[in-house]
Amino acid sequence: MAGTGEGKKEEDYKRLHSFPLIRHTDMPEEMRVETMELCVTACEKFATNNESAAKMIKESMDKKFGSSWHVVIGEGFGFEVTHEVKNLLYMFFGGSLAVCVWKCS
Amino acid sequence: MSVYNSNPAVTRKGSNVQKVPGGKLGEGFLEPQGKGLIKPPDQVELSEAELQEEITRILTTNNPHAPKNIVRFSFKERVYKSCVVDQMAVLFEMEGSLVHEDSDEGRRLRARGSLCEELAAGGIETEPDEEKSEATVTTTEDGGEVEEAGEDDRPDSVASKIDRKEPKQTNQFNFSERSSQTLNNPLRDRSCQTEPPPRCTFSATANQWEIYDAYVEELQQQEKSQSDDSKLRKAAKILERMVHQNIFDDIAQDFKYFEDPSDEFRDPEGTLLPLWRFQYEKAKRLSVTALCWNGKYQDLFAVGMGSFDFSKQGAGMLLVYTLKNSWFPEHIYPTTSGVMCLDIHKQRSYLVAVGFHNGSVAVYNLKREGTEPVHQSTAKTGQHTDPVWQVRWQQDDMDNNHNFFSVSADGRVVSWTLVKNELVFTDIIRLSVNGTVPEDQEQSPQVSVACGTALDFHKQTDYLFLVGTEEGRIHKCSKTYSSQFLETYDAHRMSVHAVKWNHFHSKVFISCSSDYTVKIWDHTISNPMFTFDLNAAVGDVSWSPYSSTVFAAVTTDGRVHVFDLTVNKYEAICQQAVVTKKAKPTRIEFNPIHPIIIVGDNRGYVTSLKLSPNLRKKPKAKKGQEVPEGPEVEVAKMEKLLSLLREPEQNTS
Repeated sequence: MAGTGEGKKEEDYKRLHSFPLIRHTDMPEEMRVETMELCVTACEKFATNNESAAKMIKESMDKKFGSSWHVVIGEGFGFEVTHEVKNLLYMFFGGSLAVCVWKCS
Repeated sequence: MSVYNSNPAVTRKGSNVQKVPGGKLGEGFLEPQGKGLIKPPDQVELSEAELQEEITRILTTNNPHAPKNIVRFSFKERVYKSCVVDQMAVLFEMEGSLVHEDSDEGRRLRARGSLCEELAAGGIETEPDEEKSEATVTTTEDGGEVEEAGEDDRPDSVASKIDRKEPKQTNQFNFSERSSQTLNNPLRDRSCQTEPPPRCTFSATANQWEIYDAYVEELQQQEKSQSDDSKLRKAAKILERMVHQNIFDDIAQDFKYFEDPSDEFRDPEGTLLPLWRFQYEKAKRLSVTALCWNGKYQDLFAVGMGSFDFSKQGAGMLLVYTLKNSWFPEHIYPTTSGVMCLDIHKQRSYLVAVGFHNGSVAVYNLKREGTEPVHQSTAKTGQHTDPVWQVRWQQDDMDNNHNFFSVSADGRVVSWTLVKNELVFTDIIRLSVNGTVPEDQEQSPQVSVACGTALDFHKQTDYLFLVGTEEGRIHKCSKTYSSQFLETYDAHRMSVHAVKWNHFHSKVFISCSSDYTVKIWDHTISNPMFTFDLNAAVGDVSWSPYSSTVFAAVTTDGRVHVFDLTVNKYEAICQQAVVTKKAKPTRIEFNPIHPIIIVGDNRGYVTSLKLSPNLRKKPKAKKGQEVPEGPEVEVAKMEKLLSLLREPEQNTS
């Protein structure tokens, strides 16, 4: 990326990589947008507390799309989950966070 | 023995006293089992004498189960008092659906006559319970008429006297016809099982380098798609121009080659040939307030959109069109306030100075992306307090900074200099009604300011400029003297709309006004050299760039007037309506190279027109003589005209 100095690079990186980036999803369009916005809101609201953010996402999703949603937020993790078809979203946000939201009841 | 008999038929006999022998309770009840007496095993054996003994049994109206010791506290007398206990015990009750025929209700119904008969026939069948009870009664007790005294207590109970021939009287409040009842659908159970929702598994690893890589990849893709977009845009632009050229091929041919042959027979009059018409959908409601050709690209011109109407002010727009595409502007700059004037820099043709109705001035750079101006004045940096009526670029100053002048209705003439990121202002002159300029800026505010409406700089003499005012005066000023005017011309009776120096003759300028006149002046003489009355308010006037004696003016009646003073000193050689009936033309500009003019109107249209050969005719060349050309010739042509006018004046004076 552009920028020669280390500081500038860092700043550039922060600025450029702040948008939400969906890595994998099989949700329908409307649901995907809603879920993504919810994740962004939660991560921005609880910038320092992933647990609260995950809780907020889970509770909102349970309310909106029926129960038994699962949410994982973190900077590094590996996972294998079984989910109901058309109910999975895996995205990156803010340059360092990964959010995985899926439904399985 | 119990005194209280629970048989309702007996109880209802009220206060009647019966003498019953022995254990017999009542004739009717014992009859079915009358023949052989069945003795219970634990029956008490009684002697004959004991059996013969008469025991008087009395039926009372007292309920043996009713409590007798109920007392209530009377607050009035402050003692406990026994209260009345209800002695009636209801053992069975059923609301009948029929009315007793002897009751008031029944009699009334019967009086109504045969109408009820049919109903009653149905009524009998619908009350199976009633029937049954009656049936039992009739079978147990012989005789067609049954005497049951107990029935009298309840007026709405089943009729005791029943004549089968007589129709029954129905109770209107508890009766429904069988025929009006529908069959209830039988219920049925069904069950089935669905497939569980399909599932699948997903696995991934999230860590910092994965996330970083994903973002980098995404950004690269975005960049790629953006560059694709710009490529596509360029191709689309070329294609649009090609299509435009094909569709308007005849107009393009006319623009280049058509010379109206009928001019030969019409001499000296000429015509204007309409070419392209420019309009932008989003600026449809706005009026064209300013026009300016680009000095470098002869097909490019800027259009300022706003409104001259004080009550209809709103957003404005700066559009840049090319003759190669009349459908869509090359550049679009929406503005918050209406554009009132604009000027394109002579050398740096990408710089456009714009004056707004809210008093601010701005500089747009056509090379830049985005719709924001590169410089804009604010209230802090000396912005005008009234609409800016004219802006004019100046030669770069000694530090090579670009600068321009503006004149506004608040009476200030301000010089603006573009210094790096700032717009620095300097007040040059303040105009006032009585003709003199206030000494300093802190002077009392009672001095009523004159509203400047037009401005033009002398083509050769750098410091000299003219300011037209709303009062009709024109002031000749110098940049170096801010305290006084060099000259004041009482030019017009109404607001001056334009003042313009002649392109060739350094002494001559032209002015136009709402008072229907266009005047041509020698700036050394305080009276106009020529005055033309055009019979309608003149919105704008413009000298032609090819001849010192040709100019064009637009009037609010929708016409363009083109004059050539060498041909006719008194009348226009072309008067032509160029806009649609309701629109009023507002501005006119000559193209610096091509023989066309553009006219803007208050409906947002810009019309381009080609001048016919008669309007740009050169003086006839005598045989064998070379046609003289160049600015000197043009100056001489004008001078000749002026000298004709000056001499008689000098003679008289």
